[in-house]
Amino acid sequence: MEKLIFDIGSAGRRGYSLPKLDVPDADIKSLIPADLLRGKEADLPEVSELDCVRHFTRLSQLNYSVDTNFYPLGSCTMKYNPKINEKMAGLPQFTGLHPYQPETSVQGILEVLYETEEALCKICGMDAFTLQPAAGAHGELTGMLIVRAYHTSKGSPRKKVVIPDSAHGTNPASAALCGYEVVTVKSDKAGRIDLDALKAAMDNEVAVLMLTNPNTLGLFEKNVKEIADIVHKAGALLYLDGANLNALLGVARPGDMGFDVCHVNLHKTFSTPHGGGGPGSGPVGVKAHLAEFLPIPRIKQKRSKFSFDYDQKKSIGRVRAFYGNTGVIIRAYCYIRSLGSDGLKDATFEAVLNANYLKAKLKNDYQLAVDDEPCMHEFVLTGKDKKEFGVKTLDIAKRLLDYGFYAPTVYFPLIVEEAIMIEPTETESKETLDAFAETMIKIAAEARSNSSLLTGAPHITPVRRLDEVLAARELNLRWKKPGA
Amino acid sequence: MKYSPHTDKDKKEMLDVIGAASPEALFDAVPKEFRLQKLDLPEGISELELKKLIFEKTGKNYSTQKLDSFLGGGAYEHYIPQAVESIISRGEFLTAYTPYQAEASQGTLQAIYEYQSLICELTGMDVANASMYDGASALAEAVILSVRETGRNRVIFSSSLHPEYKQVIKTYLEGYKIEFVEIPHIGGLFDEAALKKEANDRSACVILQNPNFFGCVEKIDSIESICHSCGALLIACVNPVSLGILKTPGEYNADIAVGEGQPLGIPLSFGGPYLGLFAVKEKHMRKMPGRVAGMTKDIEGKRGFVLTMQAREQHIRREKATSNICSNEGLMALAACVHLSLLGKEGIKEVARQNALKSHYLKDKILKLSGFELMFDAPFFNEFVVKCGKETDKITGDLLKHGMIGGLPLGRFYADMKNCMLICVTETKSKEDLDKFAELLGKH
Amino acid sequence: MVDLEKLRFTKTHEWLRVEGSTGYVGITDHAQKEITDVVFVELPKIGKEVVKAGEAAVVESVKAAFSIYAPVSGKVVKANDAVGKDPSLVNKSPYEEGWFFAIEIKDRSEIDSLMTQKDYLEFIKTGAH
Repeated sequence: MEKLIFDIGSAGRRGYSLPKLDVPDADIKSLIPADLLRGKEADLPEVSELDCVRHFTRLSQLNYSVDTNFYPLGSCTMKYNPKINEKMAGLPQFTGLHPYQPETSVQGILEVLYETEEALCKICGMDAFTLQPAAGAHGELTGMLIVRAYHTSKGSPRKKVVIPDSAHGTNPASAALCGYEVVTVKSDKAGRIDLDALKAAMDNEVAVLMLTNPNTLGLFEKNVKEIADIVHKAGALLYLDGANLNALLGVARPGDMGFDVCHVNLHKTFSTPHGGGGPGSGPVGVKAHLAEFLPIPRIKQKRSKFSFDYDQKKSIGRVRAFYGNTGVIIRAYCYIRSLGSDGLKDATFEAVLNANYLKAKLKNDYQLAVDDEPCMHEFVLTGKDKKEFGVKTLDIAKRLLDYGFYAPTVYFPLIVEEAIMIEPTETESKETLDAFAETMIKIAAEARSNSSLLTGAPHITPVRRLDEVLAARELNLRWKKPGA
Repeated sequence: MKYSPHTDKDKKEMLDVIGAASPEALFDAVPKEFRLQKLDLPEGISELELKKLIFEKTGKNYSTQKLDSFLGGGAYEHYIPQAVESIISRGEFLTAYTPYQAEASQGTLQAIYEYQSLICELTGMDVANASMYDGASALAEAVILSVRETGRNRVIFSSSLHPEYKQVIKTYLEGYKIEFVEIPHIGGLFDEAALKKEANDRSACVILQNPNFFGCVEKIDSIESICHSCGALLIACVNPVSLGILKTPGEYNADIAVGEGQPLGIPLSFGGPYLGLFAVKEKHMRKMPGRVAGMTKDIEGKRGFVLTMQAREQHIRREKATSNICSNEGLMALAACVHLSLLGKEGIKEVARQNALKSHYLKDKILKLSGFELMFDAPFFNEFVVKCGKETDKITGDLLKHGMIGGLPLGRFYADMKNCMLICVTETKSKEDLDKFAELLGKH
Repeated sequence: MVDLEKLRFTKTHEWLRVEGSTGYVGITDHAQKEITDVVFVELPKIGKEVVKAGEAAVVESVKAAFSIYAPVSGKVVKANDAVGKDPSLVNKSPYEEGWFFAIEIKDRSEIDSLMTQKDYLEFIKTGAH
């Protein structure tokens, strides 16, 4: 067990140095009135640099990560994050740029941003992109605001957003945040949207259908053309949640399928690291008829000069300060340029190959959530047949940790009982997939023969199974100085 | 360059197991009419070529590492100890995701818990979340919290609130019927008399940026009492480094404290990724957006950490969630956690002191120049507004030729401030830098 | 001990205990088992007007949140602070200490539309929930 940083070090110890003050010293009270100053000092740690480095290094060693473990977290696209991209984004000529520097002094970064927008347009078949949203859900909010602005410009923002029951929770949450009522439509047995249910849900108060394609069961929405027709006929727009874009690079483009607006996740499809929960980046692309609603500022190019354009009368406004998670965008730019046209397509092909290979390896020992047909970049199993051994999906997930694998996404999508959602990504080798499949099969055998191995798992992780009920009932969300 | 490891032999063996003739066959579900022939992008390049390409781009940038910059306005150049970068670059932190499987994510979870604790210590608040996207979006989420909590729809702020933050809250709350009340600043400060008139029983919140966009330190106590006497929530929007010396939101009884966490060990990076700070008084914690880590025990009684209070969140509550946020700024929160740990109890005071002393030194120097005057009399932390004899764009253009980035010209934000610039001084500037800057400025 | 035969039940698994003009509301033993460990209960404010079948409270487990609907219309006159402080009471004692809130019943005829214990047991047995 690693101590808390607050319990390390001792009073007076320092891990930081500043140049000696070279301007005249003064009592701060002579500059700022005393009643505006802090009374109680902050109880921050008092550690040496080595204390600090050891502490956080040891903490890091308690994590599973892509660099150390297979991480088949469905819907999150935990592919390898190339090291060179870290180095390039970390160059001081990028990291040292202040967002308010004169445009003449930041032409290089503006060019990178501009070219990234262009590349995403080509990849997605869209006409314009904004790079501002900081994550997928932020992109969804931006997209919904664009949809709202579009309908408002036609007379009314409309009232409803239609979302399949298989969607990520962020979809309904984003729609609600934007003031819309959420209408849920059912999926059919294959997890695809039920066209009759969709038709029944559509009326002239529906602003948009938010669709994930491939859907969260890893299947392509074959009827996307009919879906687009139904939606457009009602005067509504079609939104793509691009969480699963890794299945489509160079294969098909959302813009060609009838999507009017989409977001993509640079931290999924375009290999930027997930950072233990972020930062991500969720650029939003639109067709020409929605371009005027994109957030400000837009980047424009005139002759060979790049600049920001704030003069967009119909823009939804700003969704954040400054321009976007630039550091993340540079990494994605490097990825797109490194792989190039054929490389991106190969990555998609191999991601789909890997998913289908794992599915084939596992389908005899685990039940597939839907009928057996080729999946895209991920697939979903159900652990419901393991319940007869007193084993839940959660137990299978925890047991995987004992074998050195991070667990797949579990209990999502909600429409699958005891769901296990597996996304291997293209950067995993056949050997890794074989080892994972063997382990999963072994766990299935353990479930039958010795279920306590699963229900008591994990056994060898830094901590055993943690009590979430205790955590939620007796909330302890911060350290407090003893006696304070 | 490709990163997938498959050889032709691997692929063949895998296709055989699948029972597919070719990879193409796996895409049968994609209708032919949508199948793309070829992406219209350049071909891939090697790592060496990539480096050359990127160096070509960086060659067209002039970074603050080469230039002396006096820019602030929501993004601040501070010295970041090397250990911060070294720790956050570790693959075990960098390439993990949101700690869904707690037992295999204790490093990330404990770091979040420590981060939450540090933010509470710094702000004087009770509970902090695991981060938001940036200061502006954190503020927007705080406003949403106040609207939901109070059931009211009037949102009050001063014109001295960061102009981009104003735009963001308006954009975020488009779907709510909100009455935004912007009170013109008076002498760079929140106009208390006007606030008294505007604050009423329909007011959901008062937003108090402190120090505000002009760098001025607000007279917080009177604003707090006006705000709370009408039952509105007080949202403090702070610069975390200033809290080394300035009164904390907890001390002046703010309900919610938000802020841009970038000054805590995060590079300028042309505006992102940054870090949205979000902390509340305990009574509001169930309405808080975002992830929260909590301490618990494992089945053997050993201490550990998990994500908790999750029923507020989108993956459970869907359209009834407190926010739609999923991915946050985890790695940036880790950077802030390491940075604050290194700064420590004394360091945070010292860096704040140096910022205040050096900025006041420069202010005094500039005031001695002819043609320049201080725009506002109010006390300030590390930024102040200077009124120049001519349009600031001309001055900044000239300064750039001398390797300096002057203050932020305010004309683009405030029509009546065409001759004004917001000058920021942090610990990164030596006396010599400040003297040189004043000297150059004096030539205008 | 509460006499379960005197309680009335909803299809959404709330129970109602009538004492004079006041109705006490909680969730059934069946419901608390389905929810698993209750970690938080969001109680209505006293004075809040609730309508029959309208959302009146929220109960949370670690992995889910459930709305609690008012069995009858009326004004909330009491809220059980004890479950606010110790949500595990909902699991330990769903019919007694684990009650949520009490309503000043507006229309007594609404009580008749609720199920008896026998009906409710039949209802959950047929799995129609």
